Amino acid sequence: MPHRLLKFGFSDHHPEPRMFREVSQLKPEYDAVIIGGGGHGLAAAYYLGKDHGISNVAVLEQGYLGGGGTGRNTAIVRSNYLTPEGARFYQASVELFQDLSRELDYNLFYSERGHFTLAHSPASLRTQRWRAEVNQHLGIDSQVVYPDFIQSQIPQIDLTCGGHQPPIHGALFHPPGAIARHDAVAWAYARGADRYGAEIHQQTAVTDIEVRDGAVIGVHTDRGYIKTRKVLSAVAGWTTHITKMVGLTTPLVIYPLQAMVTEPLKPWLNHIVVSASLHVYVSQSSRGELVAGASLDPYELISSRSTLDFAESMSGHLIDLFPCLPQVNVLRQWAGMCDMTPDFSPIMGLTPISGFYLDSGWGTWGFKATPISGKTMAFTLANNRDHDLIKAFNLSRFERCELVGEKGAASVGH
Amino acid sequence: MKILNCPLNGPRPIQEFHYGGEFHPPLDPAELNDADWGQEVHHRHGEPGVKREWWYHTASGTWFIAERDNLKDHVIQTYLYTPECGND
Ligand SMILES: Cc1cc2nc3c(=O)[nH]c(=O)nc-3n(C[C@H](O)[C@H](O)[C@H](O)COP(=O)(O)OP(=O)(O)OC[C@H]3O[C@@H](n4cnc5c(N)ncnc54)[C@H](O)[C@@H]3O)c2cc1C
Repeated sequence: MPHRLLKFGFSDHHPEPRMFREVSQLKPEYDAVIIGGGGHGLAAAYYLGKDHGISNVAVLEQGYLGGGGTGRNTAIVRSNYLTPEGARFYQASVELFQDLSRELDYNLFYSERGHFTLAHSPASLRTQRWRAEVNQHLGIDSQVVYPDFIQSQIPQIDLTCGGHQPPIHGALFHPPGAIARHDAVAWAYARGADRYGAEIHQQTAVTDIEVRDGAVIGVHTDRGYIKTRKVLSAVAGWTTHITKMVGLTTPLVIYPLQAMVTEPLKPWLNHIVVSASLHVYVSQSSRGELVAGASLDPYELISSRSTLDFAESMSGHLIDLFPCLPQVNVLRQWAGMCDMTPDFSPIMGLTPISGFYLDSGWGTWGFKATPISGKTMAFTLANNRDHDLIKAFNLSRFERCELVGEKGAASVGH
Repeated sequence: MKILNCPLNGPRPIQEFHYGGEFHPPLDPAELNDADWGQEVHHRHGEPGVKREWWYHTASGTWFIAERDNLKDHVIQTYLYTPECGND
């Protein structure tokens, strides 16, 4: 170990500036309290400061920043969704992501790879064609491609799936599909929010929310009571705990989603490859690991345990697609909790409780929405009115049976 | 391997079962206005706790009810549906 690094390790005075201030005390009152220090909560704090000049804000995180879905996802960013509401929303997020490293002055390793959603049947090819039409209509770069093109782009892929699975008929190809370094997104937004004056409190859990006459008046935490008239719940897989505190029912149910990484390999897979039929999606990280995920666990569970079943079936399907992989070792597997909605779209915006705002229903698809949900939720808090881009995602859509059906585009693609 | 107790076939590996979602007593559309109907159809008890759920034993085609803790993944009991199940 270099001498300098050793000295640095033993020194009490770390010369490197921290990413954000460590504020020791909670204030008795804030203009807004954000529950959850994942990407979404931190981005909302950043845009509250930047776009709306609201800086008396606390972000409360029960564990550590990015310890929820933000640090567990497979980091896929894309906008080739199925509904106009969804596609428009995610496209706005992709556009923010493309410039985010510069805006936040932090390298997010945002890497455009091109995203293939494989079709193993004529029916699935038809859905991809539908998505391509909607996407092109909205100016999103997305098209149907055929086996020759797929093989030319990904020489290692076995289009016959070794005969174990239905062969590949074509794919939806989305060139702007990207991956990013997910932890860095949380840290960079945290630093940005801190610079605009927001306080970030880790190891601070919200234990109850005080509501009087249908309006929020404060939150209880394990470090004391805070007065506030605006609370944003940005806790994804924990949302059903929080809605219970305010007595709100929602369609949300929590399911685990599992993922794994292999040992690092020389770069060989440039693209992001998704197969809904094989319940698998995979990309190669900038460190060379293959990052792969599956579809949801088969039943509801509020837990982030992972299973051998998953590692086994996932590996089998990866080998069906890439017969070059059997000798490669799996290094780690894990799970995160996904707050699933019946239509695979988020639940965002105002609620029947005045001053209580929801940023939830992020299921298996919320990482890519981090910038735009932060921006639109900040607008919604500041103006007490749903931002145009999220109107279709309000909780009240379920009463009106106006669902925004994204299952065809979000169930395995993430 | 996780084991679930089928009321007809006894303990079987979880892979033989299909999860059917939360048990919901049948609704009477005549009694509900549109908004309540929309809520009843879509809203769930997603918070941690013991819930009644539908499960299906694929091999024998048996639908039944399980009471399960959705935080600990612990099944308390399983039984066949009877009309009394509708009365909470
Ligand atoms: C394996 C896996 C793969 C995925 N892949 C993708 C993908 O490729 N692309 C994509 O777009 N999405 C993906 N997702 C989904 C994505 O990870 C989530 O939707 C997203 O990270 C949600 O971010 P968030 O900031 O809303 O919540 P989180 O990052 O989960 O943050 C919520 C935070 O709230 C905190 N909290 C909870 N309760 C309290 C409380 N009472 N008080 C204080 N703090 C509290 C938690 O500790 C947590 O840190 C994936 C998810 C998983 C699990």
